[in-house]
Amino acid sequence: MEQVPILKIGPTLFVSIQIDLQDDTVLRLQEDLADELAASGASGVIIDITAVEIVDSFIGRMLTMIGSISRLFDAETVIVGMRPAVAITLTELGLSLSGVRTALNAEKGLEILNGKT
Amino acid sequence: MDVGATRGRMADYLRDHRDKVIGRWSELVVAGLRGRTSVDEVRRELGEVYSLVVRVLSDADEHAAGELRAALDELSRGRARDGFTPSETALGVFSLKEAVYELVADSAEMVPEFLAFSRMVDDLGLRTFEAYSAAREQIISDQSISMMELSTPVVRLWEGIIAVPLVGTLDSARTQLVMEKLLDTLVATGADHAVIDITGVPTVDTEVAQHLLKTVGAARLLGAECTISGIRPQVAQTIVSLGIEFGDIATKATLADALALALRQAGLKVVPA
Repeated sequence: MEQVPILKIGPTLFVSIQIDLQDDTVLRLQEDLADELAASGASGVIIDITAVEIVDSFIGRMLTMIGSISRLFDAETVIVGMRPAVAITLTELGLSLSGVRTALNAEKGLEILNGKT
Repeated sequence: MDVGATRGRMADYLRDHRDKVIGRWSELVVAGLRGRTSVDEVRRELGEVYSLVVRVLSDADEHAAGELRAALDELSRGRARDGFTPSETALGVFSLKEAVYELVADSAEMVPEFLAFSRMVDDLGLRTFEAYSAAREQIISDQSISMMELSTPVVRLWEGIIAVPLVGTLDSARTQLVMEKLLDTLVATGADHAVIDITGVPTVDTEVAQHLLKTVGAARLLGAECTISGIRPQVAQTIVSLGIEFGDIATKATLADALALALRQAGLKVVPA
């Protein structure tokens, strides 16, 4: 099973998804991220999905769930770099990713997290 | 009766009287088109069609029928583009019958030949009509495509602020186009604020509102905030009486108000110079 690496940069966890997301990959990421958040006490999570071209309702829901899990550790989640086609798909599926912040790119995502502190 | 022989005799007859028939045919067509094309041009076009008709009648080669259809399609398309009516276009073919009839009217032995020929001309006339309407539909769909492209510009108002002035009715196809263009521009320019101006949208009903909400939702997923501006008093009344909720989406009366809001949110301030 492919694994998505989680990088810790200062108080922020940085997850860059470079592969096609499979359901089990996302579940694994969710577990890893929860472990990492508990261990590091990070205050923010940035999930970069620039390279993700295809999403379905399951993955959309998992992204929301990751946001909810992070909030339990008092960390804010920002999803960055979403492609227009992905945004349109999620909207058509009726998913608005509530509880998760979004930003155009990683830089703007970091600004949001920094502004929070 | 041998159909092939009948057609053959008609072909021979048309070949022998070529100049006379084309001459009369062109006269009839030019009179019908009321001088909007020159006689020489009509003669040239009809001469080509005439040769093909003769070739089809004489059953000489199997390509003739296809070529005749192609020539007629081309002729009808030209007529449709130049703004002639369908009857004027079909008349161009039907007057061939008239021209030939005037010649064979006196000779009783040509009746079966003329009947066979007449049936063929009728088919050709219908063909021109079909080609004409196909060409017209093509023109209409081309125009609606170019109108669609014209009507959805995305403009940059400020560093990080873009605007989409919408003009005309919003349907799902148009919304899709607007959404794609808006999102692409957001990504390309790195803007994080978009203003959707609906001053030019004549009516806002629940469907249009739904489309707007979808567009704003998709932009938010990219991390951009949207403002809807250009809400006219009547539109505001309709929105309220229909019970449409824009939720937490900011709405403003004018594009200027929306720009001011966007500037404020970007932490910018306009001061007198």
